[in-house]
Amino acid sequence: AGNFQFPEIGSLHLIRCYPPASAQAFAEKWKLNNPAYPPWTWVKSLEVPIFATNQVEEGYLSLENVCIVKSNDDEVASCVEGEASLYDKEDEESTDSATLSGNDNVQPYYFDFHIIYSASFRVPVLYFRAYCSDGRSLGLNEIESVLPANSAKVLLESKWTFITQEEHPYLNRPWCKLHPCGSSDWMKLLFQAVEKVDRPAMELYLVSWFSVVGPVIGLGIPIQMLKEP
Amino acid sequence: MKEAQEFVWMGAIPLQIHLHESEVTTVPPPPPALILAPRIGYLPLLLPLIKPYFSSTLPPGVDTVWFEYKGLPLKWYIPTGVLFDLLCAEPERPWNLTIHFRGYPSHLLIPCEGEDSVKWNFINSLKEADYIINGNCKNVMHMSQSDQLELWNSVVNANLEAFIRSSSKLKSGTIEDDYASKSSLSSQKSQKMIGEADTSVQTKTGKVPVRLYVWNVSEDFGDMEDAPPIDSWDRISYVNRPLEIHREEGKCFTLHDAIKTLLPELFGKKRKPKGEGNISQPLETGSTADDDPEIKLLRIQGIEPKLETPISWVANHLRHPENFLHVCVYIKVPSAKSL
Repeated sequence: AGNFQFPEIGSLHLIRCYPPASAQAFAEKWKLNNPAYPPWTWVKSLEVPIFATNQVEEGYLSLENVCIVKSNDDEVASCVEGEASLYDKEDEESTDSATLSGNDNVQPYYFDFHIIYSASFRVPVLYFRAYCSDGRSLGLNEIESVLPANSAKVLLESKWTFITQEEHPYLNRPWCKLHPCGSSDWMKLLFQAVEKVDRPAMELYLVSWFSVVGPVIGLGIPIQMLKEP
Repeated sequence: MKEAQEFVWMGAIPLQIHLHESEVTTVPPPPPALILAPRIGYLPLLLPLIKPYFSSTLPPGVDTVWFEYKGLPLKWYIPTGVLFDLLCAEPERPWNLTIHFRGYPSHLLIPCEGEDSVKWNFINSLKEADYIINGNCKNVMHMSQSDQLELWNSVVNANLEAFIRSSSKLKSGTIEDDYASKSSLSSQKSQKMIGEADTSVQTKTGKVPVRLYVWNVSEDFGDMEDAPPIDSWDRISYVNRPLEIHREEGKCFTLHDAIKTLLPELFGKKRKPKGEGNISQPLETGSTADDDPEIKLLRIQGIEPKLETPISWVANHLRHPENFLHVCVYIKVPSAKSL
């Protein structure tokens, strides 16, 4: 893979402008095509004291409070909490818009997703965590059992991705991480397979990356996001 | 190079480990365990040495071991020496730690299931360093399971000879620095990585694996003794970014340059490294030295290298077994820059 001109994903991190172009493009496309989902937002690392002292922010893409509902008969639907924030969680039964067929034994789980750039591997990395209505965090085993059946299958069979529990790069808390080790390789494959496109490679990068990574954690990506606007 | 490696591998921290009072069931309470911990090792690996001191006094139940210093739960995957350099502004000998066998703070610390967790973490860091140095993880991936195990065991036992044998299969390379070699700061012989039969390998990417632990000290303190304790990991900024060395003809890329490169948010672009021996001078913009954050303390492997030291020397000689250079730095940012 030596001669391949890999698009410099480094600019997601190294340009240090707010917000990085591809992250913004991704967020905008997502919003356009996934109206039922909360939007991705760009979180500045202001809570990291050292980075709070300058104009230019480090940061990451954040999508929080995504409700994934798993019923007892293994049917899964992703519903949306919209503006639900952490301290409103007690009220989620009333705002729940799940479309299950009247099954009362549903257990809503909430996922937070952060896309953070790894300077070492030069790829975006997906971090996520899950918790119950009462705010209790789910352990790794529980998360794997809560994921949609397809995701679990993808996870098991994929040699590109697996989930581990690691520390969030900014938040000093344990989160789950989707391992990036194979990411560069399959991203290169993806770009080699895609014919010449007019859209900036950067913008396409994050969307393409998420199209592979998303299904593993139960977030499908609408096909519209992969097409020209 | 061998002398420096020996220095690093023989470095140890005397620990005095106290069982947390909530877990003491006997009267009188057991005396603390006195353990000499290798700097390049990890706290959970000391458990076989520590447990005998306390096993008879523990309450019934399953052990979930964690360590704490002055109320701060310690991150078990940070090498012991780095924890000490970071958390003890004034080195405390012996270093008084508290051990818990119950009540693991799983909302704060990732789980540790004994030596396997530590090994897994070490191998992953080794892969990450491999990727940074070579652009891929092939060197580590191609090591057989038994070679990896041998390498890991040499770290557990702090056995440098065994490590050198095992790591000869891992071409980690050294960082070439024309300036350093010309000024005979290191002889040709010492530039070869011990264990490699051939000449030192130029790192393919020109990048150095570095992990920086930055404490932004807001108050002034005279002595290190007066430094306020670190009561939360949120006060430390952890920077895990490869260092890109910019080679300029006739100039030496120093440790000081490295810190500025890794923390551009603090040191800004208005300053340029001037070369060895000099602190950077302000440009014509009229900015003064007062604008730059002050490096109050910089520690690597328990020593405080001069900031003018060539980074290639520092990285080649003071790195940890997983090939990362861990740097602890206390910085004071001028108040004008704070939010």
